[in-house]
Amino acid sequence: MMQKSLALALAFLCATGLPASSSKKPPMAAPADFSQFQKKLNKDQQILHALDRLTFGPRPGDVEAVKKMGLKKWIDQQLHPEKLAENPELAKKLEPLESLRMSQEDMVRAYPPPQLIRAVAAGRQPLPEDPVARAAVERQIKRIKIKKDGPDDAPMEPVVSLEELIPRDQIRTLRNGTPDQKKELLASLPADKLDDIVVAMPPPMRNQLMANAPAEMRRRLMLANQPQQVVNADLTEGKLYRAILSTHQLEEQLVDFWYNHFNVFLDKGADRFMVTSYERDAIRPHVLGKFRELLAATAASPAMLFYLDNWQSVAPPPAMANRRNAKGGPPRQARGLNENYARELMELHTLGVDGGYTQKDIIAVARAFTGWTIRNPQQGGAFMYNDRTHDKGEKVVLGVTIPAGGGKEDAEKVLDILVKHPSTARFISTKLAKRFVADEPPPALIERMAKAFQDSNGDIRVVVKTMLESKEFFSAGAYHAKVKTPLDMIASAIRATGAQVDYAFPLSNQLQQLGQPLYRKQEPTGYSSANAEWVNSAALLGRMNFAIALVNNRVPGVKLDAKQFDNDPARAARQVLFADASTATLDSIRKAVADQMQKSSNPNGEPSSTMVAGLVLGSPEFQRR
Amino acid sequence: MTTRRIFLKSSAMAMVGMGAAPAWLSRALYAQDAPSPRKKILVAIFQRGAMDGLNAVVPFGEQRYYDLRPNLALPKPNGTPDSAIDLDGFFGLHPSLAPLKPLWDKGQLACVHAAGSPDPTRSHFDAQDYMESGTPGRKGTSDGWLNRALTPQQIISPVRAVSLGSALPRALRGRNDAVAVNNLNEFQVRDQRSSTSFESMYAGTLDKVLNGTGRETFDAVKLMQSIQKQTYTPANGARYPGGRLGPSLMQIARLIKADVGLEVAFTDMGGWDTHANEVGPKSSQGQLANLLSELGQSMAAFYQDLGDRMADVTVVTMSEFGRTARENGNRGTDHGHANVMFALGGSIKGGKVYGDWPGLEPEQLYEQRDLNLTTDFRDVLGELVTVHLGNREIKNVFPGYTEPKFRGLVTA
Repeated sequence: MMQKSLALALAFLCATGLPASSSKKPPMAAPADFSQFQKKLNKDQQILHALDRLTFGPRPGDVEAVKKMGLKKWIDQQLHPEKLAENPELAKKLEPLESLRMSQEDMVRAYPPPQLIRAVAAGRQPLPEDPVARAAVERQIKRIKIKKDGPDDAPMEPVVSLEELIPRDQIRTLRNGTPDQKKELLASLPADKLDDIVVAMPPPMRNQLMANAPAEMRRRLMLANQPQQVVNADLTEGKLYRAILSTHQLEEQLVDFWYNHFNVFLDKGADRFMVTSYERDAIRPHVLGKFRELLAATAASPAMLFYLDNWQSVAPPPAMANRRNAKGGPPRQARGLNENYARELMELHTLGVDGGYTQKDIIAVARAFTGWTIRNPQQGGAFMYNDRTHDKGEKVVLGVTIPAGGGKEDAEKVLDILVKHPSTARFISTKLAKRFVADEPPPALIERMAKAFQDSNGDIRVVVKTMLESKEFFSAGAYHAKVKTPLDMIASAIRATGAQVDYAFPLSNQLQQLGQPLYRKQEPTGYSSANAEWVNSAALLGRMNFAIALVNNRVPGVKLDAKQFDNDPARAARQVLFADASTATLDSIRKAVADQMQKSSNPNGEPSSTMVAGLVLGSPEFQRR
Repeated sequence: MTTRRIFLKSSAMAMVGMGAAPAWLSRALYAQDAPSPRKKILVAIFQRGAMDGLNAVVPFGEQRYYDLRPNLALPKPNGTPDSAIDLDGFFGLHPSLAPLKPLWDKGQLACVHAAGSPDPTRSHFDAQDYMESGTPGRKGTSDGWLNRALTPQQIISPVRAVSLGSALPRALRGRNDAVAVNNLNEFQVRDQRSSTSFESMYAGTLDKVLNGTGRETFDAVKLMQSIQKQTYTPANGARYPGGRLGPSLMQIARLIKADVGLEVAFTDMGGWDTHANEVGPKSSQGQLANLLSELGQSMAAFYQDLGDRMADVTVVTMSEFGRTARENGNRGTDHGHANVMFALGGSIKGGKVYGDWPGLEPEQLYEQRDLNLTTDFRDVLGELVTVHLGNREIKNVFPGYTEPKFRGLVTA
């Protein structure tokens, strides 16, 4: 019996399973066919394609604007953002996000970590000497009760309770009022009691008030929750506002690309204070500049030194390495070499994993980078070269000898060797083409880009221009070949619908749900742009639910006028997709509309344009770019 | 596209319907061609970042361990909570893994030491890729071992292969249906009319990638509806820790108990890349201790929650490679080679550390720095796939792996 049913099962699996699967996921072993990259797109497709790839999605009117200006000119503008005026609305949105403009040191002072507040309050640590930091910590301590010997994560209790500060009916409004009532009340609270009130609120109340509060009030709420939350919120909001509003769209795409290429995980200790400056000062200025400078900026950034542990890597003191201390115990300071950065520098930042380096090269590079460290990382410290911990011996990196006796420049020499290596030109070109052209870009294109990289000494603008001027970029093989990442999906939905983002931080929850929490990729690989990473059941349902929530104005902080959408599915689809939807999609939407009309209490009423728009945003077409 | 496979699936779906079918019906549906009354289930846990196996299962019987790790080594078992927990007189568990000790004592937990991938890479990305594809050294493999491990069934449950998280891991990608689930309760389109419309949209699209995933998704959504109606309370007083792994394992337990045809599940836990401050002021504290606590508590809660269902379930852990035998300069360890794997379940011949111990003397180490490999991870997974899941086509699950050497850790 058993055998028979198994044989049967096998038989039908052989008969039907294979064709079904081969249509779904073509095996990698099949000879690569790049003929689609020779097929040219028509003019309209070219414009839509460029907007899809080089921006966070077209907005209403973008297609016409590019058509009027000419595609070539538009691309040229995007390649030279320094000459292109920025959207004044963006400046307005970024204005309140003050941590984005702070130095690393100022940030630690302005947003002291909770451990510090607790330690000072409990008398385990003195108040900071710096007057600004001292004031910030004192302000916090004045308002909270701390048990001297309580555990470090015990909740901090307010000194004055909410009931002592405002009448009960106002507390009720803060808790259960309508958004307008809450807004009105928040605006009317006495300024001198405001900080006390905010501290006295239970955290859930603060969180739910945030979406309704004016920007200034929101910061107070956040500071009371956890000062460090401000840094994270500013970063996330800044990134989303730029993606949605900036006119320098290609630049923003490239900031995202290079940030992920040189990924740093925000939640690793001191990196919480370092990522803001890292993205602003090490990544952003170089995204269309020289690769050598970008690489050097990341190598010397406290954020990277901390993330990949190089700040702790020191030359092993030869005589000390295994010597026990006087009592026979382990050596007191057994510090030594740490390979982490050296490995990722070659594998992920420059040569690529098959770029031709060995474990010996990794050790040599790690030795060259000893002494590259951070002064007081927990206090927002800056880069420092410490010659005493530098390995002075000779190093051989990829066959090139770096003579003994060098200092800080040993690592600079390593960077030169890596940037000039042909593997780096290939690796960077391939990665750019995978993100901007297709998951499996044609080798001929990579060749041309890699050559442009080498001929221009790693000028990123030249490499990107080579890619954007190629026939492969404007080919059928590239058209709609990429699945949007969650960030692309959310930003493009907001841009396509012209939704107003009043407060972008809640969108970070949406991104987390879809698998892409911003600045929070723990692994040094950064987020992948490959389709396979983003197509799965959980993510697909998440996208559909986001689409429905967005058009129904259920995404906190975002407002959208659903009446703008045509209730004819075909026309509504064009409004959002800037192209025609497929028959399957339109038929499915029409069926839903018919069903809604039939079951509605008012059979002569208008079909819901909200539902139609939500369905278009969740459709397969909208998931592509 | 009306293939027999689809037909069988949709008729099964029709019976289960909109979650109206009682549990016994779905149980009967998905269990009927299983070799035992109940299906065998394999749960794989991936520890991303490379766990320090030498401090998880400590070779305290070897002095060299203490020489190589003056700051990191765990004290020999001495009954204090800071020392290793004796397993067999030579190996000991990290004290943070104490919740697993009772399972060891019951003979349900086994360790395989000096196990891992034979590929020499020390790149996290490549090593994880190889371990998930099941083909070390071969980058062209497009699917994963756990997907290939699925055996032919007459009725294919849409949730036969599930990963917890918002991405479908490499190990589960491939020709067999597999779904990624973030949270069982939220696995749905919140508006029913839109759900129906999306379903037909994705069924009809010419976009092959989205068509396939869409179909798998909506099949699974329907099945999940029956589960979503009930609230879940772990049985036998099991308490899952917070974090990522605990809640994931709890949802896997929930799926298993719902009898919806789960065969393989995958979940992962990150943060094991302990280059610096792997241990705290004491070697039993610090980053690794926290990670191991989460792992140990999660696995123990899962075991407790499932109760006698563990007779059909095996949990196996893996990590892309081990860490250097010698500690580095920052109270941490760098990328190494062989590691330790855990196997837990009713069919595991537990209470034993399997594998040949290669030793930690300089000449015994891999490239003079890392624990040498004596058990290929495919020997362990292959045995589970063959003996536990009953998939005899091991050469299809691990292509190119011609001479598996099973360690005998699974009861037939």
